[in-house]
Amino acid sequence: MSTATEPRKSTARGKAPAGEKVADWADGRLGIYSLAKANMRKIFPDHWSFLLGEICLFSFIIVMLTGVYLTLFFVPSMGHVEYTGSFEPMQGVMMSEAYASTLDISFDVRGGLLVRQIHHWAALLFVVGIFMHMMRVFFTGAFRKPREINWLFGFLLLVLALFTGLTGYSLPDDLLSGVGIRFMEGAILAVPVVGTYIQMFLFGGEFPGYDIIPRFFVVHVLLLPGIMLGLVVAHLILIVYHKHTHYAGPGRTNDNVVGMPLLPVYMAKAGGFFFLVFGVITLIAATVTINPVWVLGPYRPDQISTNAQPDWYLGFSEGLVRMMPGWEWVIPGGYTLNFGLLVPLIVFPGLLTAIALYPFFESWVTKDPREHHIAERPRNNPTRTGFGMAWLTAFGVCMLAGGNDLWAIHFHLSINAITWFCRIGFFVLPVVAFFVTRRICLGLQRRDAEKVLHGRESGIIKRLPHGEFVEVHEPLSQEQLYTLTAHEQQKPLELGPDTDKNGVRRPVNPLERVRARFSKAYFGEQAQITKPTREEYKEITEGHGDHH
Amino acid sequence: MSDDRDPTTSSQETETRKDVSDDHLPGERRSGELAVLDDPFADPGLPPHEHRRQDIDERAAKRSERTVALLFTVSMLATIGFIVAYVAIPIDRIVYIWPIGHISGLNFALGTTLGTALFCIGAGAIHWARTLMSDEERSEERHAVAATPEVKAHVLEEFRKGAEESGIGRRKLVRNTMLGAVALVPLSGVVLLRDLGPLPEDKLRKTAWREGSVIVNENTGEPLRPEDIVVGSLTQAMPDDLDHHDHDFHAQIAKAAVMLVRLEPEDIKDPRSAEWGHEGILCFSKICTHIGCPATLYEQQTHHALCPCHQSTFDLSDGARVLFGPAGHPLPQLRITVNDDGYLAALGDFEEPPGPSFWERG
Repeated sequence: MSTATEPRKSTARGKAPAGEKVADWADGRLGIYSLAKANMRKIFPDHWSFLLGEICLFSFIIVMLTGVYLTLFFVPSMGHVEYTGSFEPMQGVMMSEAYASTLDISFDVRGGLLVRQIHHWAALLFVVGIFMHMMRVFFTGAFRKPREINWLFGFLLLVLALFTGLTGYSLPDDLLSGVGIRFMEGAILAVPVVGTYIQMFLFGGEFPGYDIIPRFFVVHVLLLPGIMLGLVVAHLILIVYHKHTHYAGPGRTNDNVVGMPLLPVYMAKAGGFFFLVFGVITLIAATVTINPVWVLGPYRPDQISTNAQPDWYLGFSEGLVRMMPGWEWVIPGGYTLNFGLLVPLIVFPGLLTAIALYPFFESWVTKDPREHHIAERPRNNPTRTGFGMAWLTAFGVCMLAGGNDLWAIHFHLSINAITWFCRIGFFVLPVVAFFVTRRICLGLQRRDAEKVLHGRESGIIKRLPHGEFVEVHEPLSQEQLYTLTAHEQQKPLELGPDTDKNGVRRPVNPLERVRARFSKAYFGEQAQITKPTREEYKEITEGHGDHH
Repeated sequence: MSDDRDPTTSSQETETRKDVSDDHLPGERRSGELAVLDDPFADPGLPPHEHRRQDIDERAAKRSERTVALLFTVSMLATIGFIVAYVAIPIDRIVYIWPIGHISGLNFALGTTLGTALFCIGAGAIHWARTLMSDEERSEERHAVAATPEVKAHVLEEFRKGAEESGIGRRKLVRNTMLGAVALVPLSGVVLLRDLGPLPEDKLRKTAWREGSVIVNENTGEPLRPEDIVVGSLTQAMPDDLDHHDHDFHAQIAKAAVMLVRLEPEDIKDPRSAEWGHEGILCFSKICTHIGCPATLYEQQTHHALCPCHQSTFDLSDGARVLFGPAGHPLPQLRITVNDDGYLAALGDFEEPPGPSFWERG
């Protein structure tokens, strides 16, 4: 018999509260006390921008909950039936069982419409949240070592969310979603050599066939969400393991994390935030109709409605397709290369991959092996911020092109002119955005330096004895001074002399030359304003008195 | 080796073979430094905790407590309201809600009650956390993710032992056959996918149109006479032997759907196109050659057909040439004539496959 547990048995057994007994039981099997010791009072920093990731997590949970409910009623079949439900305008119309059951969910299941709308709104919010969250992580450099892998997990979640959204959007088999599937079929057919084979295998024959919706269903409800759930768990485990980044400030350094403990504050705040997100989405679903499939009618390949638009997150791929000129080559041998679809098919993953790989590019440029736990302010890394804005601008131009018909109709513009604007803008505007952003960042850096050296503008105007008016500048507190000067400034890489000390030419890897050039673009004179030094500060504050 | 070299630097250089030094990285961070009088930029450390009203005034704390309890109570009432609405409101009741308009009463009632119930739980919990739970910030140390050199050395040594005990390096035959077996076995999975669908063969080239197929109006199913097609109109049509109830109707109509337009013969710029028509009646595939939407937005004056999906524009007076947009080739034209009964009929299938292009299309 173990002697260590003996005294506890005799004294605590009888009196221990029920909760403790359950916890003891679980601890003997799962070791929960050790787990809790490490994590129960774990510190999480507080900042509004850290809520964006929580919005993603919570909307993902909401989508899962409502999705399970919808599967209880949805019939993933393309078998044709005559509609007999309670929505009168469709009675007697031939439609797929998928569409008919979607109408049933909307009109015959009490609360079905609400759950459908929550599901769709939460899915949209999920992708919005991912984009915003990724922007936060990108612009603050929170993807740097040791978090590159978690960035990739998040990126994969974005890609999977796009495809889960696409498959889910296709399931009701209404006139609009059918067009979406047709679009996908056309894109697959454009793939050289194997396009027709993939199309036949995916659709189980010619478009539309009877297989695509049952197959999309299993992809939508099992395959992709299963992978995503695993990735979400891995993402969260890594957040806990790495501990959250925080912004520089008094007492907040690279070696600590400052905030509130998980139990109770963070638990209450995050748990409460889940209910806030759920509540707001539900209120939106109660008042704002989304995807009213009943006005569109069932899909038929020979029918179409105008304003055919995908959900917002695929608007940029839609834009790529609309912008691309219809270049089609017939190459010797009688084979067709359809660049009109092939080029967007390559650019679409290319744009996404660019953000996925950016952390690795930056760490290659900086050659920085250290861990980074301080989230940078976007202005303090103007080149990275410029890249981010350039990417967003390209994305924005694509979104613009994806709705070119809507712009044309609502603003009475020529659709050809809009399309041409987007074609040119796709190449020009990101470059413009890059340089404009960098300039703005440098301006903000200058202002910070100014503030540190000369203090805050107080708004108080003072008249000097000889008549001159000056504005009184208030010196900053030490907290503010520290916060504004805490960021580190890297120097550009030096390649070193071309020859060693014996005058022999030193071979330099050409890749290193490229790296040095990038490093200069990131950290050279044009890319950052040297932050004020203590000496400068002392000279100014001691030399000028309160005049400045 | 030259003698004047410092031995430590030379060994470092050979070890990492660096072209670039580490000088560009900033020095050690000034972390956790205490405020030093002569350093204005030093980290002053965490500011002292400032008490909230609720921390020092028990009445304020009581007020917060009541607010939280009220929010939770509202949530409970809203849930009861949800159940009442579910039972009491008929599913087909349409109500007018300002400023939204006429909407489903049940959806509105269920959504607002459930939304309120959820929102109030969240608001209550957050208000509780913000006003009544301790708001004292704490600091927790971070530890380097990477293992210490000792741990690393230990792990590598253990791994080496394990690998040695397995004999994977020594018994090459075992290793190679295992790799072969593991590499081959997924092939079974790939082979299993074969029956996902048929081979393409010439399925994308053939449509339901045959010589003599009568052209019928797609909506009414009535055969069309030349006089039914007037100048300026666009008639959507299909072959007469397609039936809406056929099992493969969708697959067939996806290729065979056509549109008929009538142009003044002198307006037709392409002589071959005019010849394939009948008295100015032209029959084009209406499946856009871009990705396959029906391109049926017809502009009477210019004879342009626009696809609503991606705005590819075809000039129907010029052999459905692409004027604008991402489509890569014209809409195929169907050769038509008038049969003995006076109805419009096809003279055969399309000469080229309708719909989006594909690798083998040529």
